[in-house]
Amino acid sequence: MAESIIELVGLTKRYGTFTAVDHLNLSVGKGEIFGLLGPNGAGKSTTILMILGLTEPDSGTVTVCGTDSVRFPVEVKKKVGYLPEDVGFYDKYSGLENLVYTGRLNGMTETEAIEKAEVLLDSVGLSEHIHKKAGNYSRGMRQRLGLADVLIKDPEVIILDEPIMGIDPAGIREFLEMIVRLSKEEDITVLFSSHQLYQAQQVCDRVGLFVGGKLLAEGDINSLSKKLAGNSPYLVEVGIAGNSKTGERQRKNHPAEILQKMDGVLTVEEKKGRYYVGCTRDISSGIARELVLSGFELTYLTKKEYGLEDIYYRYFEGEANDE
Amino acid sequence: MNDLAKQIPANKKPGLSGLFRSFLRPGEKKRKKTGTQHRNPFRVMVEKEISDQVRSLRFIILISIIALTTLGSLYTALTNIASAINPNDPAGSFLFLKLYTISDGTLPPYIVYVSFLGPLLGIGLGFDAINQEQSRGTLSRLLAQPIHRDFIINAKFVASLFVISVMFFALAFLVMGIGIISIGIPPTAEEFIRILIFILLSIIYVAFWLNLSIIFSVQFRQPATSALAGLAVWLFFVIFYPMIINLITKAIEPSSAMASAHQAINFDKFRLGLLRLAPNVLFSEATSTLLTPTVRSLGPLTMEQLQGTIPGPLPLGQSIFLIWPHLTALISATVACFVFAYVPFMRKEIRSR
Repeated sequence: MAESIIELVGLTKRYGTFTAVDHLNLSVGKGEIFGLLGPNGAGKSTTILMILGLTEPDSGTVTVCGTDSVRFPVEVKKKVGYLPEDVGFYDKYSGLENLVYTGRLNGMTETEAIEKAEVLLDSVGLSEHIHKKAGNYSRGMRQRLGLADVLIKDPEVIILDEPIMGIDPAGIREFLEMIVRLSKEEDITVLFSSHQLYQAQQVCDRVGLFVGGKLLAEGDINSLSKKLAGNSPYLVEVGIAGNSKTGERQRKNHPAEILQKMDGVLTVEEKKGRYYVGCTRDISSGIARELVLSGFELTYLTKKEYGLEDIYYRYFEGEANDE
Repeated sequence: MNDLAKQIPANKKPGLSGLFRSFLRPGEKKRKKTGTQHRNPFRVMVEKEISDQVRSLRFIILISIIALTTLGSLYTALTNIASAINPNDPAGSFLFLKLYTISDGTLPPYIVYVSFLGPLLGIGLGFDAINQEQSRGTLSRLLAQPIHRDFIINAKFVASLFVISVMFFALAFLVMGIGIISIGIPPTAEEFIRILIFILLSIIYVAFWLNLSIIFSVQFRQPATSALAGLAVWLFFVIFYPMIINLITKAIEPSSAMASAHQAINFDKFRLGLLRLAPNVLFSEATSTLLTPTVRSLGPLTMEQLQGTIPGPLPLGQSIFLIWPHLTALISATVACFVFAYVPFMRKEIRSR
């Protein structure tokens, strides 16, 4: 991994007796898109607030771009752009004026800020609404304005808290593509939190699963799915239609038995007429051949890869079982 | 002399070249002036807050109420000023101050308006300072900028204070200007200083209410709640507090037949002490002492003390001496309110709305 931009060590935050973040260790490298995923109340936002130095941790250290966020929050905030959850703007000001204000707070002159804001508004696709009052912006437009607002300070890191909540699917896609493009073009490190796993999966280089203030797992999706799957890394899902002709045979030779006998098959599970075959290597073509030769009508066969959703639920279940 | 000589060319240079540039490219000058200066973020924030305050409908309403009442009271004062001139009046030399204090009973004088509408102005400017930022979702965005957290609350306070100051100076000088034109007598130096101190006093008084309402705006999430809380405190001090004091003092009042003079004086001091816990009482006592130089004491005076006194106005120093406790009490109450707003705000954890 490249040099680490965000480094959390033993970070803990308690509210009374409730531990929101529990001894969190995390490191995000330069130019990475890191997804902080977890259910509501998992401590994602609290972690973000601590990274920005907006709230003090009870113990542990946060280092962003080599600066301690707890002691020098202003220095950190010069380099980090933060888009809060459900971002708001000054309703009476136009989109441009809102951005110019942020720019000037970051030490720009008014003319610099105006130039920069115009470029940014264009790149987030708001060039037509530049003089419209921010109060009349739609949710998706506000979110894009928020992204421009974050970028006006030329950040090295951007942190987005639930950036895609409440936007329609097309909007989400556009927004995420924008983030990826920016991250790659400008080499910006992106950390974002979300509970929408599927969308996160599309853009993140690495993800961290966050439940109850603890980081349950971190890594890229492939390595996570390997870790999760244990010794049966491949799962083939098979659908078989009931066939009257072969009804008798089917009773004798249950598909599960046939599959079980195959080389490389570890587990066979039946759920609602579908068979889930766990195997050591990719033998989906063999499974298909075997089933067809045995006279079954194969209606559906898919090689299942563990998505983030599965990983998440697997971990989440595990966590629930532990308690 | 030497320093001055150095300063003059140094100051002149940008002015000249600026002038030169504006001749060459009209429109450039303004842009150069406002556009290319690197400003401290705090100044940027104060500028924005001032422009927000001044442009808000609420401020326009408040200032029009206050400006109208000022003109009304000025009108009554001017129509009655002739009858106020009394050759035997020891305060006759302070005719100009009467513009701010006299009335024929139809409309209250200017000082009463200020003590009555000032709190409203303070509460009106401050009640949504913090919680509106929070409910709009701009507070967490603002906090993510490279500024110190106290810039936000300080900028709000400084901006509102600035607006209030400009307004009071403008109104009081307006009264003064119209007064000079219509009665034809300019204020003496002492009168002018008394008026200046009166303006400063009104600013402090309004700043007290402003800070009180900023406390509520930090504490309550809803702007309506904090506005009501501010108004409730104001009404309490203006209406209910004197009533309560009356009830208490009636119960413990020594009977006039039995009490010695000493007891009566002590009781009166006690009653006044209780009353002076209210900031509006402090303010009205202080202003009337300032603008009515014949006020010699704010407490009870015995016949012995009055015997042999020559009726005459107090000199400025003595008037200020008389209200010094009031002044310190008002300033400390204002500072205390600011601290009570500041500390919780600094400790508050700001999440998105």
